[in-house]
Amino acid sequence: MSLEKTYPKEVKQILAKYPPEHKRSAVMPLLYLAQREEGYINKAAMQDIAQMLDITETEVASIVGFYSLYHDEKAGKYRMQVCTDLPCALRGADEFLNNLCGNLGIKVGETTADGLVTVEAVMCLASCDKAPMFQTQGPDGIKYHDLMTIDRTMELIDALKQANKEEK
Amino acid sequence: MAYVLLRHRDVPDINKIDVYKKNGGFAAFKKAVTKMQPVEVTNVVKDSGLRGRGGAGFPTGMKWSFIDNKNWPHYVVANADESEPGTFKDREIMESNPFQFLEGLALASYAVGANAAYIYLRGEFWQVAAFLDEKIAEMEAAGYLGDNLFGTEYSLKIYTHLGAGAYICGEETALLESIEGKRGQPRVRPPFPPSYGLYGKPTIINNVETFTNVPMILANGADWYKTMGTLDSAGVKIFSLSGRVRKPGNYELPFGATFRELIYEHAGGIQEGRPVKAIMPAGASSSLIVVDDKVLDTQMDYASVRTLGADLGSASVIVLDDTVDIDWVINKTIKFFKHESCGKCTPCREGNYWMRNLTNRIHSGKGSSQDVDLLLNVAKQMQGKCLCALGEFSTMAVVTGIERFPQDFKKVVKA
Repeated sequence: MSLEKTYPKEVKQILAKYPPEHKRSAVMPLLYLAQREEGYINKAAMQDIAQMLDITETEVASIVGFYSLYHDEKAGKYRMQVCTDLPCALRGADEFLNNLCGNLGIKVGETTADGLVTVEAVMCLASCDKAPMFQTQGPDGIKYHDLMTIDRTMELIDALKQANKEEK
Repeated sequence: MAYVLLRHRDVPDINKIDVYKKNGGFAAFKKAVTKMQPVEVTNVVKDSGLRGRGGAGFPTGMKWSFIDNKNWPHYVVANADESEPGTFKDREIMESNPFQFLEGLALASYAVGANAAYIYLRGEFWQVAAFLDEKIAEMEAAGYLGDNLFGTEYSLKIYTHLGAGAYICGEETALLESIEGKRGQPRVRPPFPPSYGLYGKPTIINNVETFTNVPMILANGADWYKTMGTLDSAGVKIFSLSGRVRKPGNYELPFGATFRELIYEHAGGIQEGRPVKAIMPAGASSSLIVVDDKVLDTQMDYASVRTLGADLGSASVIVLDDTVDIDWVINKTIKFFKHESCGKCTPCREGNYWMRNLTNRIHSGKGSSQDVDLLLNVAKQMQGKCLCALGEFSTMAVVTGIERFPQDFKKVVKA
């Protein structure tokens, strides 16, 4: 796999943002690109990016390991990342997460049987006044879902299921 | 009073370029580039008394004047990493009043002679970044960004750069490392960014809210700005209010408004009419203030909050009522800091690991009073030894929680 072949336009745009002598800066946006389709970054993609930027594969892997929005293991198509930090917890986020897991029949960190949703507990997402809230990380990027209830969340999951079926 | 920063609440559709222009938008930038010397722009900001809104409160104009003019090129970076638990103001600015922020960034760039500026957004602000990219393209099309602006020799490009989920990247030198394509770990300072910043070049870094003040200051003058706020803290501030209040949200108020005004007049008081037990005025990094009437009547400005044994920081005010146990609070904050410690310096990496073990044990009811003493001891040993503010601030809620709310810990430990 080569990002330059799969996404020539995007790669060019990304590299244009930084001085040519500092093209290493492109590593983070390129990793997002590499993660777009499968939801995680495999070894081949890391090699590809390392080569493109003249850095070692280890350096690329260290970026993947350091930042929590990059993943090196496959999970559900959508990661449902619920904020349970202090301000959200003061507005019921822990109960929300428990109920959500109960409704889906999975534990935090697990994926639904159909492979669609992985539920995760994450740190503050800067939406403290709109708890309970979560973000979904998936093929179409990251989206915020503010002021959520269990009912609305289950509706969202149904909609994702439907869209997923239609895609297939 | 008309809004200075959250102007979208007064002016509908101000996130559309024509509406922003009609309401005076870009006039300050055009005037600066065509009629003012860069140093004059810096001087107006200096005279206004504007202080950095990211938490440290450093005088903005003074920071700009530190730029090293013997080393080129220069960069300006907007810190849109907004990750302090309890802070959610920059997101509202960028989503709803984006051009005022971008114009402020452009003015800062002109003031320090930068031809490229980066906006570093936390990775979760994926949609916000895409939105800003559109707004930047609109500014380019309208001739407010690009080459030879307004027929002068000045050129400017603005780029967005997404982080990927790391609180530490809000620390300015970790942020720079991250733009450079490295792990976000803070640098040893000095040298400070105005002499050694992005790619080793002189760089000015300010918070989104700080930049958003600048067009209004240039348009209305430093004296106008100083008519708002207090002597020590000029102007207005966006207070991000969260926790057990009836109406959490962003409130733009002049510095010097009291906690009581914020919580009771603006946010409708506490849920179920309960009493306030504690306030954390600077998010999870904050000291815990024991609340009484005197505290509620304290002015929210940098100097006054310090008299309460806390800092105003980025003014992310988390309100705790009498149902909240402080051992639970610090268990939450330490879970956060343990997760977010970057691992570079030992006191923070190891200290937060052990604090996490202790807060967990204490909160689960398995701890003893010696565990509380040990926790306090670990926290105090970390103080003054960490490489950056993350480690230092991780101890604040622990130390003040144990010292100011001893009864909450006595309640949960084994006899």
